[in-house]
Amino acid sequence: MGIDPYEKNWMRVSILLLAVFFVIVTIGGFAMGFQVSGVSDEVDPRTLAQTEPWANPGLREVAPGEYEAYVVAQAWTFNPRVLEVPVGSKVTIYVTSSDLQHGFKVTDTNINMQIVPGQVSKLVYTFDTVGEFPYLCTEYCGTGHATMYGTVKVVAGSGTSGSDANASTSTIASSSGGATTEVTR
Amino acid sequence: MTVLDQPDPQAPAVPTRQAAPARELTEQERRFVGWHLIVAIAALLVGSLMGPLQAFEYSGVNVYPWIEPIIHSYYQGLTIHGVLNALVWTTFFIVGFTNLTTIRGLQRPLSHPWINKAGFWIMVVGLLTAAVPLLGNQATVLYTFYAPLKASWAFYLGLTLVVVGSWVEGLGFYLTLWAWRKEHRGVRSPFIALGGIINAAMWQIATLGLAASILTMLLPWSLGLIDGVDPELSRTYFWFTGHPLVYFWLLPAYISWYGMLPHQAGGKLFSDSLARLSFWMFLLVSVPVGFHHQFVDPGVPQTWKWIHAGLTYSVFFPSTLTAFTVIASLEYAARKRGGTGLIGWVRQLPWTDPSVAAQLLAAILFMFGGIGGLTNASYNLNLVIHNTAWVPGHFHLTVASAVTLSFIGITYWMVPYLMNKKLWGPRVALVQAWVWFVGMIIFSNAMHVLGLLGAPRRTPLGEATYVPEAWNGNLLRVSIGGAILLVAVILYGLVMIRTAFGPKVAPEEVPAVPIAESIRHPQLTPVWLDRFKPWLLGAAVLLLIAYGPQLVDQILNMHLNAPGASFRPW
Repeated sequence: MGIDPYEKNWMRVSILLLAVFFVIVTIGGFAMGFQVSGVSDEVDPRTLAQTEPWANPGLREVAPGEYEAYVVAQAWTFNPRVLEVPVGSKVTIYVTSSDLQHGFKVTDTNINMQIVPGQVSKLVYTFDTVGEFPYLCTEYCGTGHATMYGTVKVVAGSGTSGSDANASTSTIASSSGGATTEVTR
Repeated sequence: MTVLDQPDPQAPAVPTRQAAPARELTEQERRFVGWHLIVAIAALLVGSLMGPLQAFEYSGVNVYPWIEPIIHSYYQGLTIHGVLNALVWTTFFIVGFTNLTTIRGLQRPLSHPWINKAGFWIMVVGLLTAAVPLLGNQATVLYTFYAPLKASWAFYLGLTLVVVGSWVEGLGFYLTLWAWRKEHRGVRSPFIALGGIINAAMWQIATLGLAASILTMLLPWSLGLIDGVDPELSRTYFWFTGHPLVYFWLLPAYISWYGMLPHQAGGKLFSDSLARLSFWMFLLVSVPVGFHHQFVDPGVPQTWKWIHAGLTYSVFFPSTLTAFTVIASLEYAARKRGGTGLIGWVRQLPWTDPSVAAQLLAAILFMFGGIGGLTNASYNLNLVIHNTAWVPGHFHLTVASAVTLSFIGITYWMVPYLMNKKLWGPRVALVQAWVWFVGMIIFSNAMHVLGLLGAPRRTPLGEATYVPEAWNGNLLRVSIGGAILLVAVILYGLVMIRTAFGPKVAPEEVPAVPIAESIRHPQLTPVWLDRFKPWLLGAAVLLLIAYGPQLVDQILNMHLNAPGASFRPW
C-alpha cells in the first residue's frame, strides 16, 4: 500500500493514545466508581401517580446515613423540589418522568441522568460537602423548561434527617417556577 | 526533515495518466446540482438568522417577543435553526455535491438521471411538508424531536420524505458507479466519486434507525392510530441514525480536503490509499457507536454503553488518518510554492483564496472539535457534559464549522462553476470566512465553559431562574460570538446573491472543479480499497454484534405506554 514511515508512526501513536484513553475510562468507571447509570427498573408512566413509591416521592432513610430519594420529573417541575440530607449521606437517587423526557443534573456533582418516561434512572452518590446543589432539568420539555429545577441541601451534622416525603409532595401540582421556599419544613 | 522527501519506489510501474480533457458537467447537469444548492443555501441563510437570536437571549436580550407574529418562541426559533441548518442545509448540499463528485469524478453522466430527479423532488416535497408545521408552531420539538414530544404528523412525514428522497438519489449514484465500472474494468474508481458514494451507502444504513422510529411509532402515534410510544426505544432508534448523521455531514468536507483542497493549494493528494482506507473505516464504524449519546440513559446496560465507547474511539482513528494525510498534502503544496521551516510553510498556502482560507480555517476549528469529541466519547466523562451547553459548543465546531465553513468554501468555487459566473467580492468572501472563524471561537469557547459550569443546553438561560452570577461573563461572550456570526452570515448571503445575479462570464474565467491528483498513482492502491462488498459485509456484521442484542431486547420488551403531555407543552 506504500504507507509513509512517518504516517505509520502517527497511526501507531493514535492507536496507542486511544487505547490509553479507553483503559482510563474503563478503570474509572468500573473500578473507581465514576460510573454512569445502567438499567434499573421500568414503570408505566400512565399510572405513576397510583404506583408506589412514585405516588409519594421524596427521601426515605433506609439505614443510618443512607437514603433513597424518589423524584418525579414532570412538565415543568420536580417533585420534590428539595432534598435535604446530612453531610456524608449516601443517597440512591431514583428519577422517572410522568410525561416527557427530562434531564436530572445536580450541579457540581457527578450526578447526570437522562429521564425517560417508562424508565427509572438510578445513581448512587455520597454528598461529602455542605452546601446547596441545584438539580436542573437539562432536556427540553416545553415552555417552562428553563424554570424547572430543585435543590439538594446538604446540611451539617446528622441529627435532622431529611426523610420528609409528605411535606415534599405538597408541591406536586405547582408549575409556577422552581422557588424552593414553597416546600414547607 | 519532511515526510515528502523520499521518492516513491513503485512510481514507474504505473500507466501514464490519460491526458484527454476532462468532461465537465453539462448545462443541464449544472442546473440540476444548482437546484440542490439553492435550497441548501436558502436554508442556511434563514436558519442561521435564528442562531444569533438564541445567543442574544443568553445575555437577556430577548428579540423573540418582537417577532412574535412570525416566530412564536425561543424554542420555535431553536427548532427552525436546528432543522434548517443541521438537516436541510447539510442534506441538500451533500446530495447536490455528491451529484457533482459522481459526474465529474467518473467523467460520465448519471446512468439514470430520472432516478436522481425523482429523488430530488421527493426531498423538496418532504421539506415543504415539514415546513408547514414548523412555521406554524406545530412542531416545536427541536431537531432531535425526542418522543413523547408530539409534533404534527406532517413534520414526521416530511422528514421521512427528505430521507427517502436522499435514498433514491443514492440509488442513482450506485447505478452510475456500476455502469462506470463495467466500462472501466480493472481501473480504480476515482476518489472523489467513490468517497461520495461510500457516504451515500453509510447514510442508507444509518437512516434505517430513523425510519424504524418514525414509521413504527412516531407517525402512527401523531396520526392517533396508537396511544403512546416507547421513548427509550425511540432514543435508541434515533441515535442509531443520529451519530452517523455527523459523519454524513463530515465526509463531503473530507472529500474536499483530500481530493480538492490540495489542488486548490497547488499540490497533490499525499496518499490515495489512506484516503480510501479512512472512508471505508467510516462505513464500517460510523454506525455502531450510537449508545455514546445514551451514556446516561436508563434502559441501556452499562456494558453496551462501554462497548460503544470503545467503538467511538475507533471511529476517531480515520479522522487522525485524515489529519495526517490532509496536512501532509498541504505541506507538499506549500513547499512547492517555496514554503520552508517546520511550521513556517503554512504561510505559503494560498490564504488569499477565499475557498482555500475558509476550508483551512474550518479544519483548524475541527481540531478543537475533535478533542471535544474525544471527551464526549469518554464514557463516564459524560456525567460532566451530557446535555450541557458543552454539547452545542462542540457541534458548532464540527457541523457548524468543519462542515459548514468548508461547504461555504466549496460554494465559493462551485456556485460560479455551476452558474458560469465569477465569484462576486472575493475579498468580502475572505473576510466572511475569518469573521465566521473568530465568531465561532468566541461563541464555542464560551459554550464549552458554560457546559463545564453546569449550564444546560437548549435552554433560554436569560430567562432561567437558577442562573448564578458566575455564568454571566460567558453568557455575554456567547452573545458577542453570536453577533459576530450574524455578520458572517450576512456577508455570506451578500456574496452568494451578488454572485448569482452577476453577469455570465467567458468559459475561461469560470473556475474548474478542483481535483487533486494523488502523489502515487491510484492504480497502485490495492483492489480491496476499491470494493464495496467486504466493507459492507463487515459493517453489517459489526452492526449485528454491537447493536443486535440490545436492539432486539428493547424491541421485544417494547411498551407503547408513553402518551406524552396531556397538553401541548410549547
